[in-house]
Amino acid sequence: MASLSSLSTPPAGAANFATQGAPVARRGHWLWVLALLLLATGLTWVLKGYQLFQATMVLCYAIALLGLNILTGYNGQISLGHGAFFALGAYGAAIAMEHGGLPYWAAIPVAGLACLVVGYLFGRPALKLEGLYLALATFALGVAMPQLLKYKHLEAWTGGVQGIVLIKPDAPWGLPLTQDQWLYLFALGVTVVMFLIAHNLLSSGTGRAMRAIRDHALAAEAMGVDNRHYKSMTFGVSAAFTGVGGALSAIAVQFVSPDSFTLFLSISLLVGIVVGGLGTLWGALFGALFIMFVPNLAEQVSKAAPWAVYGVVLIAIMFVMPGGVVGLLRRMQTALRARENRGG
Amino acid sequence: MNEFLHQLLAGLATGGIYASVALALVMIYQATHHINFAQGEMAMFSTFVAWALIDAGLPYWAAFAATVVLSFVVAAGIEFVVIRPMHKAPVLSVVVVFIGLLVIFHSLAGFFFGYTIKPFPSPFPADAWYGSSLMSAHEVGAIAVALGMVALLFLFLRATPLGLAMRAAAQNPGSSRLVGIRVGRMLMLGWGLAGAIGAVAGMMVAPVVFLDPNMMTGVLLYAFAGALIGGIDNPIGAVLGGFIVGVLENLIGTYVVGTELKLSVALVLIIGVLIVKPSGLLGKTIVTRV
Repeated sequence: MASLSSLSTPPAGAANFATQGAPVARRGHWLWVLALLLLATGLTWVLKGYQLFQATMVLCYAIALLGLNILTGYNGQISLGHGAFFALGAYGAAIAMEHGGLPYWAAIPVAGLACLVVGYLFGRPALKLEGLYLALATFALGVAMPQLLKYKHLEAWTGGVQGIVLIKPDAPWGLPLTQDQWLYLFALGVTVVMFLIAHNLLSSGTGRAMRAIRDHALAAEAMGVDNRHYKSMTFGVSAAFTGVGGALSAIAVQFVSPDSFTLFLSISLLVGIVVGGLGTLWGALFGALFIMFVPNLAEQVSKAAPWAVYGVVLIAIMFVMPGGVVGLLRRMQTALRARENRGG
Repeated sequence: MNEFLHQLLAGLATGGIYASVALALVMIYQATHHINFAQGEMAMFSTFVAWALIDAGLPYWAAFAATVVLSFVVAAGIEFVVIRPMHKAPVLSVVVVFIGLLVIFHSLAGFFFGYTIKPFPSPFPADAWYGSSLMSAHEVGAIAVALGMVALLFLFLRATPLGLAMRAAAQNPGSSRLVGIRVGRMLMLGWGLAGAIGAVAGMMVAPVVFLDPNMMTGVLLYAFAGALIGGIDNPIGAVLGGFIVGVLENLIGTYVVGTELKLSVALVLIIGVLIVKPSGLLGKTIVTRV
């Protein structure tokens, strides 16, 4: 009988991509990464105005999704409230810049650090909760965050309902770039750093411990993995990633307000990692593209009921590729290899 | 004292609605171990259907019955068309499908019936003998309906062969199949019942909060919390949990922190309870052999 914890352990057959989720750096893999990076850099001079902003937001979401994926995909802890950490990162950066006088590049690590601490502190008592119960606890966090940000005794810092307005940074060292172009390149740089950190973390012993806890907590404990430490630490790291994404987005949007971090953001993040591919690094990128562009596309299909279109697309995606985009790509790759082997 | 009593009873009345939705959640959870995040929106949509029927000139109880039957059929249909093909998919994929259903129902309700807030009639006349200065007739009626539904469901599950078959299918699908129970049909039945219960809950809540597409979003959250605090695998526990959450929400909102933060505080309290008693007040502690 499926127990409550089945939320955190993917069934072996259906999600075998997740169990081998180790980010293996195959030879030739890095060539693809390099090509993608060149392409992304090139986009700086191709995209214009609003498109450049959208691209920057995709990067912000990708970092945030990376964080949620570390928690849910690699460690098996579900979160329905990661929008709260996104908000915390955004506000952390905004307050550091507005009240602390920090430059934007220094505000981002500060926001990340703040989220690391808060995430760890939240993850510690949440250790006792699993599956649905953890979902409820994180859901509560997502509900509470906008209310806390509006809370009148914090208004001196958060600006209450009005929020905080930020200024867009100029390109440094006299580079011939517009503000939008520089911000996009800066976000790209941060994204690359965060992906590298995630990649190295997940292929280290820590990453193995995290996956072991997801696949079988008790067996991991018996093998000497300190579940309590790793689970709460993963919560902190995950929150830090999402916070960095939020901080970047605050600088890109130039504005933070409580109402931009509704529950819908948390749910979008969860949708993003599942659509992209649970327990995969690249899934974060595909998921970010999905949550950035599919709502707009849905609006173009039907102005009257865009969310109905969105819902249908969502369900259709889950029918066609239950393992997300990356799951589908891997299935195609395996099929291709099998054919090659038969042929040769 | 009178004021306190009034708040307490008002909490019980909203609690009755949470209890009904919690009951619907438990019906589906027992059968499939999924939390149907779209339950609230389905109930909201059903209520709109009832409103449209009443608007078209049907008497209240005829519209009520038609809505319940229709909701049963639609929910069973959703199980068959959308949920059943996903039964081997990872849990989170199913969650995403539920989120998809949620936004579809939300959007369609706005599309068909508009986003303007509509009044919805109560079946309980305001001057009925059971109404008083402490509790309006509708509040008493809503509690009675919630308790009635639990009693009926309890009788159905415990005293009828169909209920027995349903419980068997939920507990051990493999063996049930071997003794000739159509497990798939039982799942459909469970979904249908959940849809019908949700429809009743929607029609009870609509006269209080008025009818609009956002009507059930908060209710679902409270019902979810209620179901977990009472024990998600126990219908009676879920109903009890629903009442507890309703009373807690009202008292905290009135006496402790004000309406601004009451949702947050209520949730924190609930999580506090769950940390001490992880399987809920009446839930079975699940022991897994490894």
